[in-house]
Amino acid sequence: MSPTTAPPPMPGRLALFWRSYAENRGAVVGLVLMAALIVISALADVLSLHSPIEQFRQHFLIPPIWQEGGLWDFPLGTDDVGRDMLSRLIHGARLSIIIGFSVASLALITGTTLGLLAAFAGGMVDIFIMRLMDILLVFPSLLLAIVIVAILGPGLFNAMLAVVVVTLPGYTRLARASALAELARDYVTASRSAGAKTFRLMFDTVLPNCAAPLIVQVSLGFAVAILDAAALGFLGLGAQPPTPEWGTMLSGALQFYQRAWWVLALPGFAILFTVLAFNLVGDGLRDALDPKLKR
Amino acid sequence: MTDAPVLMQARDIRRHYPSGGGLFARKGIVKAVDGVSFELRAGETLAVVGESGCGKSTLARVATLIEPPTSGALHIDGAAMADEATRDRLRLSVQMVFQNPFGSLNPRKTIGAILQEPLEINARGSARAREAAARSMMDKVGLRQDQFARYPHMFSGGQRQRIAIARALMLNPRIVVADEPVSALDVSIQAQVLNLMMDLQDELKLAYLFISHDLSVVRHIARDVMVMYCGRPVEHGPKTSVFATPQHPYTRMLLAATPSIDPARRKPAVAIKGELPSPLNPPPGCAFASRCPHATARCVAERPEPRLFAGHAVACHHLEGMG
Repeated sequence: MSPTTAPPPMPGRLALFWRSYAENRGAVVGLVLMAALIVISALADVLSLHSPIEQFRQHFLIPPIWQEGGLWDFPLGTDDVGRDMLSRLIHGARLSIIIGFSVASLALITGTTLGLLAAFAGGMVDIFIMRLMDILLVFPSLLLAIVIVAILGPGLFNAMLAVVVVTLPGYTRLARASALAELARDYVTASRSAGAKTFRLMFDTVLPNCAAPLIVQVSLGFAVAILDAAALGFLGLGAQPPTPEWGTMLSGALQFYQRAWWVLALPGFAILFTVLAFNLVGDGLRDALDPKLKR
Repeated sequence: MTDAPVLMQARDIRRHYPSGGGLFARKGIVKAVDGVSFELRAGETLAVVGESGCGKSTLARVATLIEPPTSGALHIDGAAMADEATRDRLRLSVQMVFQNPFGSLNPRKTIGAILQEPLEINARGSARAREAAARSMMDKVGLRQDQFARYPHMFSGGQRQRIAIARALMLNPRIVVADEPVSALDVSIQAQVLNLMMDLQDELKLAYLFISHDLSVVRHIARDVMVMYCGRPVEHGPKTSVFATPQHPYTRMLLAATPSIDPARRKPAVAIKGELPSPLNPPPGCAFASRCPHATARCVAERPEPRLFAGHAVACHHLEGMG
């Protein structure tokens, strides 16, 4: 879009949106948690006391400070090879945010493009794309992700790719369905009779009107991406040690669950709260953006 | 007839849709428009009237070149739709005003952006010239300058229809196809929008193809009237003559069904019996035969072709007998 057509910011609209978003207390809590996570991951290098992979040979399995034997040097204790838990969790937050962001945005871009293509082209292209998505939906998502990683080889990047493929059908179907609904409307016909070509109709005319459901899907997709990447890490297929990825941390600490609860519980809680935060934000966005739920 | 130049000429336009062919449905052809011819001259209005499902809107889509006709010739400014490039070029000289002003404006764009879009697509003028053109068009249709940066949801139906008219005129079209442009508006607003359209027509020498089911609106704006029934024109001629001396039984019934405020002009309403025949399986003879009080065996068997009678074209076998 050229600068002349960029709509000026509409404070009235934003304020209205915020009011209906803030009605949902859970969504506000989720937003605060999410903001905190983003700040923590941005400042990971400043906030952490140690390097997340540095091993302190004298301090294996030190408990958190509020327990007997805790050390101020390691506020949340250390793991089985003497790495500082707090630093690892903080860097894990950064990693999770990066995973969520890249997976969700890659899936959004690819899925939306495929969905728009299916809606605009129709016919064989539509059938081909949508049946492909149906095939992806047939398999349980984690199982499919495991298969993909098994083919590509374990590693964080391949795990992220696998999660993108697994979450793709949701975006594609959503984009296609809302594009089809918008395509039937008169303003699209008007643009077309003014001479607009398919590319412009897709991305300038139709896409902005499909944005609301896609935004919701992305915010929920963030949570799914983090959870799936952690699951793959837990199975040893995602990030490899010593990368401080929460799922990988969990699987490495599994054998110590009776002796040192913190090596297991803390990454678990981190995953729980992150996924919860993004889900709450997604739900809040859906309620605020869906005109049918508005009074 | 006047000597204004003919801008659009339609010759035996047909638009058929394949239908069904699914697992359980029988394959068929919907003959939405089945043999329509007309001429549209600069500065004049041809009104197309008929009940729901008679093919009016399909005709509008064909006339705006959104859909190609299945058969028949459509000439714009004397040029035929020879190839895709000509079609794309001619398409710009026919613009459309839609029925529902709540669906015809992009909700994510400001009025200024909506008005500039046609110019932007066709790369006409600089950004500054486009904005100036949009602003002067706003003046022309009676919108205030401070509404330039507002979104469609902040406007009423009548204002939205003004915006839609302004958008249609941005490319300086010679022909405007208006598909029931006022039927979604309040009656008090209808007159304002109609008068605006008539003023613009005088000023810009526009030709209107005006689709409507509201005969009082047609009486107000049209010069020529074409009554359609089941995809075919049954009566076509100058408004004065069609309204004063309707010949086809269907036109007579339509006119009799129009409410009138003047008791002296009220005619006994003749209820039209039966339903519109399915366009999927049109009868071989006159489409109106099943509902016509004058129908004979000939009407059922043989389709009447339009012929000149009492100053306008009528498609009926029994004109002479009815008086």
